[in-house]
Amino acid sequence: MKKMKKIFTVSTLRGLLSIILFVVLWQLVVFAKVPYLENLPYPKDVAVHGVEAVQSKTYWLNWEISLIRVFVGFIAAQVIGIPFGLAMGASKVFRDFTFSAFEMLRPVPPIAWIPLAILFWPTRELSIYFLVFVGAFFIVVINVLQGVSNISVSLKWAASSLGARPKDVFWKIMVPGSLPSIITGMTVGMGVTWNVLIAAEMIAGQGGLGRMTWEAYTNHNIPLIVVGMVSIGVAGYLCSMAIRWLGEQAMPWKKRF
Amino acid sequence: MAVSNGNSVMSKGNFGEVRLEGVTKIYEKEGVSHPVLQDCMLHIPKGKLTVLMGPSGCGKTVLVNLIAGYERPTSGRVLIDDTGVAGPGPDRLVVFQETALFPWMTVYSNVVFGCSVQGTPKKAIKEKAELILKKVGLYEFRDKYPSQLSGGMQRRAELARAMINDPKIMILDEPFRGLDAMTRQLMQEFYVGLFEEVGRTNLFITHEIDEAIFLADRLIIMTYQPGRVKAEIEIDLPRPREFHLLASPRFMEIREQAIDLLYEEAAKAFSSGSKAAYDLVGALVAQKGACKPTCTPR
Ligand SMILES: Nc1ncnc2c1ncn2[C@@H]1O[C@H](COP(=O)(O)OP(=O)(O)O)[C@@H](O)[C@H]1O
Ligand SMILES: [Mg+2]
Repeated sequence: MKKMKKIFTVSTLRGLLSIILFVVLWQLVVFAKVPYLENLPYPKDVAVHGVEAVQSKTYWLNWEISLIRVFVGFIAAQVIGIPFGLAMGASKVFRDFTFSAFEMLRPVPPIAWIPLAILFWPTRELSIYFLVFVGAFFIVVINVLQGVSNISVSLKWAASSLGARPKDVFWKIMVPGSLPSIITGMTVGMGVTWNVLIAAEMIAGQGGLGRMTWEAYTNHNIPLIVVGMVSIGVAGYLCSMAIRWLGEQAMPWKKRF
Repeated sequence: MAVSNGNSVMSKGNFGEVRLEGVTKIYEKEGVSHPVLQDCMLHIPKGKLTVLMGPSGCGKTVLVNLIAGYERPTSGRVLIDDTGVAGPGPDRLVVFQETALFPWMTVYSNVVFGCSVQGTPKKAIKEKAELILKKVGLYEFRDKYPSQLSGGMQRRAELARAMINDPKIMILDEPFRGLDAMTRQLMQEFYVGLFEEVGRTNLFITHEIDEAIFLADRLIIMTYQPGRVKAEIEIDLPRPREFHLLASPRFMEIREQAIDLLYEEAAKAFSSGSKAAYDLVGALVAQKGACKPTCTPR
């Protein structure tokens, strides 16, 4: 009972109202034939196409294709990036050897990797995985590195006074201490990942939500373009929620009660 | 390491003493060298509570880092029972200026951290930990995270994390700074009670004069730039101590003596432009004025 009450607070009502206002405004813009926007479909048309889409198999297949691409690339970026960042943070020698090259490559926007990726990897699928990987990798590493350097020296000192060996300091102080930054890196990385994925799918992909949207464009099916955009938005949102949930599970000490 | 026998949390005996022999610590900043400690001689006797006072920035924390083995002196020797300090170790445990509890561990995990990395069997750890958690009044809070505790509780958890290892020397660097006045007073009484029960060599650092005198067996006053020992005062107030002492004539007498010594140093720090020292001078001037009538009855 109490929970039900909580859901319908004033601010959720305001939130709902803002969505309704947006749709009304949209309807008005199309109705008034505002210059440059006269091709915009009515909300109703988009809704009709949307309902049609969610009943088709190919729509859900596109979801699946995109999600698999995101997860393969994203998880690869974590599996390689987190240890890489921790090693950079923990060992000055390793950092000296890697940091400059890393910093040289980092500013290159992930989308700029598309041509090389297509040329170098034997399949389109592999090149998309790679691009998604690049999108998340640099962000993960830089966040882990920052996480490690933000750990207060007195925590490391306290641990070593209490008898911790370097191995204990690494596993029990550095790793959990950089976890908040790792999660931040994942959250930001997930956003970038979807950006890169959609661009890659539009240019190089077969199937996927990005490709679906692009093909709607080439078929001049404007309502379906909008359906594609909304789907991508929802997919990105769900992935961010998943990361947030993961963060809450991994860092119980961040909860306050 | 001393083994505790079932019902006593902290074993008596096996306390250490600390000696600093001609210790100098110089930091280089932008090519300019800043001597923080210079030719510092210091003796922290066995089983006593030594309080170290000095204006902010005079090198108290640097001194702690040298004794704990986090940093090396530029020259001179730091000795624990006539052995040179080679690095940090569980024989000298530090309660840090700001809390250094591990935020991602529960109170229990924090307290047993030392024992578990040193490989003490789980069952023995649990017994010891429960005893010590009860002692500091945190048994009910053992599964909470540090951020869920009040400031005073955090300080007690940190005391427990150190005491469970039965160190030869306990070092507390302004441990009650930042607590509100009431909590601070309760913590002082709690801490002095612990000390009176166990003994142990304690080095307690503060820049609050009443706290210093209330706790100390010996009070050491440091000079500002370069850091060195300026004076030592034996505090012969009777133990066990409780808060009525603060109003006793002997307390006032000692306080007056200490303030005079500190004032010179604080003024020096002030004229060199240290902001923290400015606050101290302000406080001391106020105290001197307020103190005079009660302190000079003869
Ligand atoms: N790692 C360091 N590098 C350079 N200067 C330091 C370092 N640690 C302390 N100092 C300087 O040493 C002086 C004493 O510091 P500290 O021991 O922290 O003072 P306090 O007596 O307040 O504890 C300060 O001027 C501080 O700037
Ligand atoms: Mg200090």
